[in-house]
Amino acid sequence: MQLAQLLIFLILFPLIAAFFLFLAKKDLERAWIVKLSALAIAIVSVYLLISTYNMGGLLFSVVPAEPTGIIMFFLEMLIALAILYLGIVHKKWLVVGLILIQSVMMLWFELVYAHSVEVSSNLFIDEFSNIMALIIGIIGSLICVYSLGYMKFFHESHPEMKDRRPWFFAIMFVFIAAMFGLVFSNNILWVYFFWEVTTLCSFLLIGYTKTEEATTNAFNALWMNLLGGVAFAGAIIYLAMFGNGIMGLDTLLTSGKVIALIPAALIGFAGLTKAAQLPFSSWLVGAMVAPTPVSALLHSSTMVKAGVYILVRLAPIFQATFTGYLLAMIGALTFLIASGIAISQSNAKRVLAYSTIANLGLVVACAGIGTYEAIWAAILLIVFHAISKSLLFLSVGTVEHRIRSREIDDMNGLIVRMPKIAAMMVIGIAGMFLAPFGMLISKWAAIRAFVDVPYGFVFIIILAFGSAMTLFFWAKWMGKIITVTSDSKNIEGEVDHSEWTALTSLAGLSLITTLVFPLLSTKLLEPFLMENYGHVAQLSQDNIIIMIMMLLLLVIMPLSILIPQRKDKHVQAYMGGRTTTHDMWFSGSLGVQKKTVLSNYYLHEYFGEAKLRPAGIWICTALICIMFAATALRGVFL
Amino acid sequence: MINIVWGIVFVLLAPVIGGLVAGIDRKITARMQGRVGPSILQPFYDVGKLFEKEQAVVNETQIFYAICYFIFMIFTGALFFASGDLLLVVFALTLAQIFLVLGAFSANSPYSYVGAERELLQIMAYEPMVIITAVGMYVATKSFNVGDIATTTVPIVLLLPGIFLGFLYVLTIKLRKSPFDISTSHHAHQEIVKGVTTEFSGPSLGLIEITHWYETIFLLGFVYLFFGFNPLIGVVAVIIVYLLEILIDNTNARVKWQLAVKSSWLIAIIVGVVNLAALYFLAGGVP
Repeated sequence: MQLAQLLIFLILFPLIAAFFLFLAKKDLERAWIVKLSALAIAIVSVYLLISTYNMGGLLFSVVPAEPTGIIMFFLEMLIALAILYLGIVHKKWLVVGLILIQSVMMLWFELVYAHSVEVSSNLFIDEFSNIMALIIGIIGSLICVYSLGYMKFFHESHPEMKDRRPWFFAIMFVFIAAMFGLVFSNNILWVYFFWEVTTLCSFLLIGYTKTEEATTNAFNALWMNLLGGVAFAGAIIYLAMFGNGIMGLDTLLTSGKVIALIPAALIGFAGLTKAAQLPFSSWLVGAMVAPTPVSALLHSSTMVKAGVYILVRLAPIFQATFTGYLLAMIGALTFLIASGIAISQSNAKRVLAYSTIANLGLVVACAGIGTYEAIWAAILLIVFHAISKSLLFLSVGTVEHRIRSREIDDMNGLIVRMPKIAAMMVIGIAGMFLAPFGMLISKWAAIRAFVDVPYGFVFIIILAFGSAMTLFFWAKWMGKIITVTSDSKNIEGEVDHSEWTALTSLAGLSLITTLVFPLLSTKLLEPFLMENYGHVAQLSQDNIIIMIMMLLLLVIMPLSILIPQRKDKHVQAYMGGRTTTHDMWFSGSLGVQKKTVLSNYYLHEYFGEAKLRPAGIWICTALICIMFAATALRGVFL
Repeated sequence: MINIVWGIVFVLLAPVIGGLVAGIDRKITARMQGRVGPSILQPFYDVGKLFEKEQAVVNETQIFYAICYFIFMIFTGALFFASGDLLLVVFALTLAQIFLVLGAFSANSPYSYVGAERELLQIMAYEPMVIITAVGMYVATKSFNVGDIATTTVPIVLLLPGIFLGFLYVLTIKLRKSPFDISTSHHAHQEIVKGVTTEFSGPSLGLIEITHWYETIFLLGFVYLFFGFNPLIGVVAVIIVYLLEILIDNTNARVKWQLAVKSSWLIAIIVGVVNLAALYFLAGGVP
């Protein structure tokens, strides 16, 4: 009973906060509401973890399906009307069409089938939901706190834009509420409702600045996610028609593949759209036009994580099916292609976006494979990606405000110009691709998962190439940051207090989670895997010790700076004998003074977006078609 | 499972053997070119001289990265010889290598900068093949543990002939031999001054040289894994492989990085798919 109240609190409290944020017009009021609510949400999500410790999966039937269902349906229709209106105003007929189809489907369901559907327990909590709640509750809240400083600065430097911060913060908190709802709902109708709310929130946040580009990209995101919503509604209707009234995630998972595979494939498709997998990757890249905290929120703790969450939930159904392998292949190819495109990107936020798409691809690949080892890897990927990626986005946002650029080449010598933030970025980047940090542990886990499954070697080869590319684009970015341009001035200045709190907390989290990762694995992941798969995956004791040794070495090494050293002789960088000034101006031909400018390799010729993206879109679209055809055929024959 | 003794043996002996290998390498290279060549101990004299020189830097952080490169390369090799997990060894190797790249980046010098980018391209070129090799060994022996692989009775090289050839191909990159000595070279004829090591001098350059000895021994150990079923054949094979690398080094002109990356990837895809698929089929049933 008490636990159920915690769940309800986490879903409803952000809504209340959102309501007050919508009303609060003063900066100070807003700051207090955001900080206190963020703190409350974070504390309750940790408390939830403590109080459900060792209890396994729990189902709750406290909240009655009716009238909650009716209220949700009513809200859904309201949302649909709002989207319909916006679609017509902006003449986005695709959006109008999709929302009409979706609403008609849900209306039909409500009128014809709703009474025959019964779900005894609407809410639930298990270790996986717990982990998701921690990600949403801690990282999501930190991003909201960060936004306080960022948005203030944003509107000071963009006076032409209307200051709609009350609206902005309200939507951020609604988003968080919807995410909590999504991970706690057992009733698929509820999952669907929260799913649609996240779609709407992301649409509103992407279009926040109301520039033409922002509006276009917001609608782009909307139609793709609505397409997923249509598939989701299709799954609900299929379940109502052929599923004997199954409408709970728990019953769906135990109902056997004959019934579950088709709705799982449909919901899986919705997951692909939300997780921005190819061919739907463009909405997430377009979402970059939004203020940076929005990107951080979309990429780390909400939205895309909802997509992979549902896929990982349904993984037992996909395991060892043709549908699952095709889903895994879509994910793996997305990983490969998005990693490649990331090499060619010079804009920091676009690199981050493609890296998110790539890493989610890996999660999808693991979910499609669906063995216990793969799920172990998938959940680790979700956790570590959320931490490192939010840290990186927020650092880029802070840097952007100082140097007025998102170009990686403009971040040359950041370690001298903004040492503290540069250190945060280095931790974030190292967390994304280097041993012994989280993402690398997860990739390692993924390799081990793939080795043991049929056709796994194909996935391993894709993974091997993808991670080689990953390494290339992260390392060259890191190199840019740590380049010492000795004549640059420190322009870091006073970093806003709220921004700084969020950045240091996230950097701390990424180190701590790497350190306590064995605990995370044994206390949360292993019970979850045991309950759902009857097996546990883990790293051997030796390997854990070695990783901790590596981490300690890495943490200790920078401290060597503190050791007093003899002063070394300083020389100029070798410039081929040209007369060069100390700040790297050299005398070119005819005595012209030129500045030395160093730029990264982007290899457009091989990894250009224009080249790889269309290929990826066609291949993955074809795979999705085959996936549906195969699933439908299987449904017919069985 | 971890065998610390072997790890310590590696840490102590690898630079000695590695230096000797480098000396023999130079002698044989000289003979191939019709020269008498230096003493076999010449690499030690060279490094000794480097350590006597004054440390000159563009900035201090370079030394930090050189030390990290050194420490993590030793860590990688020690983990390998102490029977660690082969995949973890591969990841540790990458970490070490990244520190060298960062050292080159940190100098803010055009030549070392291009060297760093090229070094990254080289890492990108060989990494897939190395991971495929590690996975191939797992499929052959059902273990990622280096100790298990080294002492297995399974003739790995016969099960992984394609992967073995593919590994030899990228070994040329790792040993910085022509035609793939793109980011920096041991030859007198350099391309971008001295690539990644352009801005390193004196003791820090000496450190990088010793690191390379460690790396060579570690890589030769990796080659040995293919022949773990028979130690004698293993040692002979390692020697032949190294002689082959010297021959390749002296008979090939340096290629462009495009060719290096493309050819390594093509070979990795072909041998990876064909060899792993064949292996799974041999193991019976569905791949």
